[in-house]
Amino acid sequence: MQLASVHFRQRASGALADAHLQRTLERFGSGFADKRAAARQAYGEGAFEELRDACAVIRDRALADLDAWLLRFEEEATRRGASVLWAEDAAEACARVLEICARHGLRKAIKSKSMLSEEASLNEALAAAGVQPVETDLGEYILQLAGEPPSHIIAPAIHKDLGQVAELFVKHHGRPKSDDIAQMTREAREMLRPHFLSADLGISGGNFLVAETGSVAIVTNEGNGRMVTTLPRVHIAITGIEKVIPTLEDLSTLNRILPRSATGQEIENYFSILTGPKRAGDTDGPEQLYVVLVDNGRTRLVGSVLQEMLRCIRCGACMNHCPVYQTVGGHSYGWVYPGPMGSVLTPVFQGLENALDLPQAATLCGACHVACPVKIPLPELLRSLREMQTQRGLRPWSERAAFRAWAFAAARPRLYALATQFAARALKWMGGRRGRIARLPLAGRGWTEGRDFPAPEGKTFRELYRGGQRHKT
Amino acid sequence: MIRVMRVGLFVTCLVDLVRPRIGFAALELLEAAGCEVIVPPSQTCCGQPGWNSGDRPAARVLAEKVIAEFEAFDYVVAPSGSCAGMIKVHYPQLFGGEGAWLARAEALAARTHELTDFLLNVAPLERVPGRFAGTVAYHDSCAGLRELGVKHQPRALLARVQDLALREMKDSEVCCGFGGTFSIKFGEISAAMAQAKCERIRASGADAVVLGDLGCMLNIEGRLRRTGDEHTRVLHVAEVLAGEK
Repeated sequence: MQLASVHFRQRASGALADAHLQRTLERFGSGFADKRAAARQAYGEGAFEELRDACAVIRDRALADLDAWLLRFEEEATRRGASVLWAEDAAEACARVLEICARHGLRKAIKSKSMLSEEASLNEALAAAGVQPVETDLGEYILQLAGEPPSHIIAPAIHKDLGQVAELFVKHHGRPKSDDIAQMTREAREMLRPHFLSADLGISGGNFLVAETGSVAIVTNEGNGRMVTTLPRVHIAITGIEKVIPTLEDLSTLNRILPRSATGQEIENYFSILTGPKRAGDTDGPEQLYVVLVDNGRTRLVGSVLQEMLRCIRCGACMNHCPVYQTVGGHSYGWVYPGPMGSVLTPVFQGLENALDLPQAATLCGACHVACPVKIPLPELLRSLREMQTQRGLRPWSERAAFRAWAFAAARPRLYALATQFAARALKWMGGRRGRIARLPLAGRGWTEGRDFPAPEGKTFRELYRGGQRHKT
Repeated sequence: MIRVMRVGLFVTCLVDLVRPRIGFAALELLEAAGCEVIVPPSQTCCGQPGWNSGDRPAARVLAEKVIAEFEAFDYVVAPSGSCAGMIKVHYPQLFGGEGAWLARAEALAARTHELTDFLLNVAPLERVPGRFAGTVAYHDSCAGLRELGVKHQPRALLARVQDLALREMKDSEVCCGFGGTFSIKFGEISAAMAQAKCERIRASGADAVVLGDLGCMLNIEGRLRRTGDEHTRVLHVAEVLAGEK
């Protein structure tokens, strides 16, 4: 997917001005968050917190010996007849997939949702090589028709409303317009069915890789994942190297928290553990199973201050609870991963200088951290990225100068007293009789574009206190 | 003999500059709770703007200053979850791995409290002096809520205010959009978030929104007034508890 994160500010501005999108975001609102809260309550709040702890431990255990668990996965998967391939970056990931297509003469790929495939722009690579990619997750299918990238990692078309989808369907399906959701879903299913039956390649992601059995675990709600991974003669699971976990027992624990955190479900509608290709005597399954394990920047996180980010199980809870995401929508972030997790991953995967706004575009309110099923301290990671920006000279000079001046004064109480006494008076004067300022100068303009600034009382606390005042007046 | 608790009041830089009366309200409340209150005169800022903006050296200089100014007291109290959270949660991170400073930071962190938490749990304020005839909705400021667990403390104290009726607004735990420098760097997004908060406040029908952090206060009040709401009051919990006189 084309990187556009440098344009965060403009895109967010556009999103705020887009009345249609704002209505859609408002409707989306706290839907997933409310469902998660209900699921958490049903599970028992104390037990849920223990489960979060346990899941964080499992993920950390896997990451502490990532190389060893990956090799174990490769060994076990290979022993069961799968082929494990490695890709260092997006280009290599595409190359591996295209090599497989060439080897088996594959022409049409049905896909279930894979964010890694978005990372690698796999659809474009497939199409360029003459392999037709067909997205079969309903949301992704809608976006493929619309020619748009996803705006949410588990609800990719959340930015589209019913009317927009209905019009897309009319345009692409050539059938009478319907705005009945059940009817529209049936229609999409009818459109997809021939593709399911004629495809020779199925491409899926992988929610977890189980090292002890060499299995790929996939969760979906629409059942398309099952078709993608069993109908075509070749199945490729493409996923990030961080998805590996040691045991099936770990999988069982993690899959208690994943659906509850994502959609508030106790379990997804479809939960598949895929181990090896079709064996002699099996009635279904692919003849060939490939697992493409992609790094694409992940190893840069290992051993860094950002390592905890690799715990991420891609549930979307952070964006569902993020007030900034809910205000500007996923497309503002300009790449595959939006919201808090994207604001950490995008700068890491795509370069700090290519996503300067993302670590800054957060109030550090902590709602993401509290919701994260594996307790990733997202606000701390964003802070670390801000520090890296400062250290690498990637902040504007005016901001740096302002901070230097502030820090210089704040460390010198007398100077600070003078400066604040002056500021308190000046701002009070600016506030006039109404006691508020409609237009602040310099950087303060950012504040007063959308708000007044309530004027100070006129004297600072410290000067009043020094003058003997001990009570409010 | 019970020794009187010596409390160092960390006024916070925003209260110092913009709303001294909140500082005096906090001082009155702490004295009403039986504490000896001292305001170290050299205090300026806790360093959070530097910390949140990736300027660790600046944050560090100020953190060392705060530690030196306040470590002699039994307790440090701030009328702000954000600044108390900086001292309590982030100072130990700031000095991570440095023995002597880390020990001092942790010692101070253990004795630092947000005002309402202190008045409920450490030096209980049995008789709340304030009186407020009207309904109030409490907005949970992020750092206080999620870093320090300040949720029921202000409500429990407000419930003791004569004539005050507490009413919950929807999404009281959702950020108001302030976020320190975020409010300036991303003014447009910040104002849109403040707008959502203001709509919740108005929908609650409360006469006043009460909260525990000046940053959120300025943000919410600024947006309310900009959008023509002249009557919904925006008050710091210390002002309401201490009473207006």
